[in-house]
This record gives sequence, C-alpha cells and structure tokens, in this order.
Amino acid sequence: MSDSSAVLSIRELVKVYDFVPVLRQLDLDVAQSDCVALLGPNGSGKSTLLRLIAGLIKPSSGTIEIGGWQMPKEAAAVRAQIGMVSHQSLLYGNLTARENLVFFARMYDLPKSERDDRIAALLEQVGLSRRAESLVRTFSRGMQQRLSIARALLHSPHVLLFDEPYSGLDQDAAAMLDEVILRTHQDGQTMMISTHLLERAQRVATRVMILNRGRVVLDQSAAAIAEHQLASVYARAIADNGVVKDSTPASPVTEPAS
Amino acid sequence: MAQAKAKDIAQEPTATPSLLRILTLVTVLGVVVALVFALVIAGTDIEQGEVQRIFYVHMPAFFGAFVAFGATVLGGVMYLWKRDPKWDRLAVAGVEVGFALALINLITGSIWARPIWNTWWTWDPRLTSEAIMVLTYAAYMMLRAGIDNVDTRRRFASVYGILAFATVLLVLFIIRVRDDTIHPTVVGNSPQNAQGSFAATSGVVGALMVGLLVWGLIVPVTLMWYRIRLENMLDWVNRKKMEVLSA
Amino acid sequence: MKTGFWQVTFAVLRKDMLAEMRSRELLSVMGLFALLSVIIFSFALELDREARETAISGVIWVTVAFASIIGLNRSMNSEREQGNFDALLLAPVDRSALFLGKFLGNFLVVLLVGLVLLPLGTLLYNITLIQPWVLLILVLGIFGLSSIGTLLAAMTAQTRARDALLSIAMLPIVLPVLLAAVRATTSIISNEPIENWITWPQILLVVDLIYLVLCFFTFGFVIEE
Repeated sequence: MSDSSAVLSIRELVKVYDFVPVLRQLDLDVAQSDCVALLGPNGSGKSTLLRLIAGLIKPSSGTIEIGGWQMPKEAAAVRAQIGMVSHQSLLYGNLTARENLVFFARMYDLPKSERDDRIAALLEQVGLSRRAESLVRTFSRGMQQRLSIARALLHSPHVLLFDEPYSGLDQDAAAMLDEVILRTHQDGQTMMISTHLLERAQRVATRVMILNRGRVVLDQSAAAIAEHQLASVYARAIADNGVVKDSTPASPVTEPAS
Repeated sequence: MAQAKAKDIAQEPTATPSLLRILTLVTVLGVVVALVFALVIAGTDIEQGEVQRIFYVHMPAFFGAFVAFGATVLGGVMYLWKRDPKWDRLAVAGVEVGFALALINLITGSIWARPIWNTWWTWDPRLTSEAIMVLTYAAYMMLRAGIDNVDTRRRFASVYGILAFATVLLVLFIIRVRDDTIHPTVVGNSPQNAQGSFAATSGVVGALMVGLLVWGLIVPVTLMWYRIRLENMLDWVNRKKMEVLSA
Repeated sequence: MKTGFWQVTFAVLRKDMLAEMRSRELLSVMGLFALLSVIIFSFALELDREARETAISGVIWVTVAFASIIGLNRSMNSEREQGNFDALLLAPVDRSALFLGKFLGNFLVVLLVGLVLLPLGTLLYNITLIQPWVLLILVLGIFGLSSIGTLLAAMTAQTRARDALLSIAMLPIVLPVLLAAVRATTSIISNEPIENWITWPQILLVVDLIYLVLCFFTFGFVIEE
C-alpha cells in the first residue's frame, strides 16, 4: 500500500458539522486491488467519509486525491472517477431499467457507440437482462440495489463506493448482492463498502477498516483476521478508543443529516 | 485543527464596544431631535393639519427598511462567496430590523390614512405591495426556522434574502407603472389622483432630512449591530453546548 | 472531463418528459386542480359580462400559480424520494445545466396546463381567451413562475415543512410576474388599444430575464454544499 500505487489517497481530512468534528485528521490510502470494508458504530463518520470522497459534501480542511485529481479543486474530474451506491437506489421509478442507465450514460458523457453494448453488458453482470424493459418501481429492493451497481459502474469509475448497501435487503437479496460485489471486485474494481454487518464485511472485503469518533482505530488486511474473529476484534477496537483520553470533543451519537 | 476551525464560526462574546455605546446614545438623542423637528419645528400643514407630521417618521422608516434589506442582500452575496458566518449574521440582522421598520412604516401610514383617506387600510397597489414585502420577509424567517442544519440554513437564507429584495424594488417602482395608486410620491411627481400630497416648505425639508438620517440610517445601523452581536452570541452558546454534549 | 452543458440540460429534460409521459403524475393532478379551480371560481363569482372580463384573468393566473406550485412540489419530490439529487450531483456536470433541465421540464408541463385553461376559460366564461397576445403573456408569465419555482422547490424540498413552505416562499416573490401578467391579460381581453398595455409584456420580459439569471446562478448553492 505504498503511495505511488494508491488510487485514492486522503490527507488530514477534517469535516466539522454544526461545530462538531465528524472526521478528525483522517489519513487513508486505498490501493487498486483493495476492497475496503468500512466499519464503525453510528456516527463514527463512515457515511460522511464516503460522501466526502464522492464530492457530495465539501471537506472543512484536508485533501482528497483520486487518480491524480484533487478534490474539491478538480471536482468534475474526480466525480468522473467515482461511482456510488447508496442505501437509497438513486434511480427513477417511472423509468425502465434501461432508460435509467441511458439517462446516466448521458450524464457521464458515454460515447453513443459504446452505450448500448455497455448497458447490455452491465445488465447481464448484475443479472437483470430479462427485466431491462420493466419500470424500476416494480423492482424489489434487491433488484434496485443491483441496478444501482450497474448505474455506478457505467462510466468505469476508478473507485466504487457503497454506503450501507445492505440496508433493507433480506438474506437472499444480500447474498445476491455479495455475489455481484465479489465478481465486480475480481474484475479489478477498487471498492469501499460502509456497513455495520460484520459477517458481510468479512465475506467480501480484502481490508478491514474500523472508524470510531471520526478516527481510524483499526486498519488491517482481512486475511489477517481469522474467521469468526472479526466481532471480537471490532469490539476491542471500539472499546480501546473509548478509553483513550481525548481532549477534542467527539461526534454526537447520531449522524448529522447533510 | 478541528478546534481552530470551530473557533472561526463564532467569536467569543465581548463587552459592548465603546463605539456601540456612543452610537446607542446618538440614536436615542437622534430620535428625540427628529421628534422635535417633526412635532415643533416643521410648520403645521394647512390642508392636512397635525396628522401630516407622522410623515416625518413614516417615510424615513421605509428608507431604513430599505437600507436593512439591502444589508441582507450584501450579507447573502458575501456569505455565498466567502462562506463566513458573520455575513449571514448581517443578513439575518437586516431582515429582522427591516421587518420592524417596515411594520412602523405600515402602522404610521395606517394612522395617517384614517383621517386623510377616511380608512385604515385600502387595497391600493403600493399598500398591497408593501404588505406582500413584509410577508416575504416573514417567509424568510419561517424558511430559516424550517432548516436544522446550520450550514444549509445559511445557504438557503442567503439565496432567499437576495430574491426577496425583488419585492422591495416592487414597492418602490409600482407607483411608476401603476397610475391608479392614491399614494402620494415623495420623489418626483405624485400621480394625478394622489390624495394627501403636500408642498415641501423649508421646515418640511429640514424635518424630513433629520428624519431620514435618524430613521433611515442611524437607527437601522445601531439595531443591526446589536442583532449581529446577539446572533454571534447564540452561535457561541450553541458551539459550547455541542462541545459539552459530545465531550 | 465535464459533460457538455446542453447535453446535460437535454438529458434531464428528456428524462423528466419521459417519466411524465409514462406516469402523467403531474399533468393529471395539475389538470384536475385547474379544472376544479376554474369551475369553483365561476360558481363563487356569479358574474355579469363586465365583471367577468375583469375577473377572468385573475382566475386564470391564480389557478396557474397554484397548479404550478402543486406540480413543482411533485417534480422535486421525485428527485428527492430515492436520493436522485445525489445521483445528479455525483455526475461531473454543471449545476446550472441541471437547473436549466429541470426548469424547462417544469415550464413545459405548466405551459401545457395553461394551454388547456384557455379554451376552458373561453368556454365557461364566454370570453375569447384564445388570442395570440394572450398566448404570449401566458408563455412569459409561466416562464417567470417556473424559474423562481424550480429554484425555490429545490430549496423547500430540503426543509421540514416542504410543500407548505413552497407556496409561502414562492407567491410573494413571483408577485411582479403575476401582477404584470394579470394586468396585461385583462387589458387584452377587454380589447383596449395596444399602447395602453404594451408596457406590461415588456415589464414581464425584463422580470423574467432577471429572475432566470438570478436562479441560474444561485441554483448551485441550493442543491450543493
């Protein structure tokens, strides 16, 4: 994980909401082969971190660099390198799956000649080819979430971000989502996934990062954590941080709305 | 670092600066002097009688509201540009002071209209547009109250404060485009059907000038200064509260 | 790196029109509201011909204003429901292009409702509303309503009171537009000579342009931190 190979690097990132620091002096490098699971209690700053990387909110200070472009100075260039899947589908219910993808292809300026092939390939990848012409509002949560991944992958982003992708999914749908995530990662896609589901994180991630009170309290390769050990590692990491005497005020329990 | 950042958001409240103390004194004296000019020095209007004297407060109060709402536009533009909360404090001070002065303007106008137009209120274009202007700034305050996140609140309020100024301009220009108003014009020719115009003698001009200086400039500036300090103090208290809660 | 301005504008416009053609959510609600409003006014006002001539333009414009508020709320909520605003902001696009796309969509839908209102008013009030000048005023007035409306709806969609706040925030600011539109319409349908009212369309045009420029440049501040 040296600097030169990092797709995404973050330096001294600070985000303050309503006088409360949510992220404090965060440093982070993500390598091309990483699938980072971002864990942590509510309000630890997971969601804020992903939204900052995606350029949806602006940092109070610090830098974010993706593929050599800096945020927020070269925001448009950075945005072109980022795909995001959120707990909301970010899709239009009154359009079909294909129409949704065509719309976002236009927004990302995909060449017309490649567009249809790309969309067909992505629908195949997320297992929705047969439902391409159905309205998205008729889709189940799981199908919407998979289509969401296709939307996020349209423009071949350098980094794919998932913000609580499992929320609202049942076991089967979550397993199917896992499969899509794993397959996408095998294709060489860099990913960051925020979740509070430890077993899901352990299944898909190559690297585990635990955030607490706006700081990274643990950053390890997933292989280094033995199976079924993540829960205790997680508990220890959170608890340790609680003991550390802290002069700066910590974030409140609830995630501030942005 | 995070600490330093938070400190920029609100300054620690200080004791009232001496310039503000002096200004307060000047304001109080100014109001008294303006009243003396209006009630004693200016001659009684032949047509309208004593009630005409209310004009020396009425018209300058609108001017003061104009200045305050103008400060809101300035604060809004500067906040969107610099993102420094102090500009938003100026904007909110402008709205509240302007709102108060516009109410004074409406009420004094109403008292004057009772004997002159024989009614407290009439749906005259200028009166109606001014009522709408006051409601616009009431909407501004409701908009502020409806947003929890302070940054969002400041951004939206800045945009709305700029747009709302359109209604102030409407009040000013409506007399030029709607000739059916009965409201007299102070600058330029009154419309033909204006009821209650009067001639500008030297006593009238003197009282009006003093009134404009006091109500149109000194009063809004002093009040806004106090309001800005109050808003700063609120931000400061909020910040302290959040620090204690999250410690 | 940025996607072309007009490409984004028309992508957003096409997306909104396609969704609207499919669901007719906006048109059905707004159209029904407009119909009800005109009928209720005609009952409530029970007018003779002369009074109708002065009242009809007020009825038409009040109806258009409220119908547009209903439509704007729906249109913005569709962007908020699934977090679609975020999806738009994630893309490397000009924020003002997003505004223009949303604005044009709202403008066309409200204009369609306005165009239905004219024959309806002609029928119910027995006054010829289908005249070239009335059409021009309709286009200009709805243009102003939609630009301010699009900006403010994007704002109020992010507040607690939402729908209620939009009418309170929007009506006073669009008053110059409504005023000019009502006055012009009244004069035109009473067949007054053109020099009596030609200033109104001119004022309308100026106000429209000022509002469009203001909204165009402030929209970015409203949807993005």
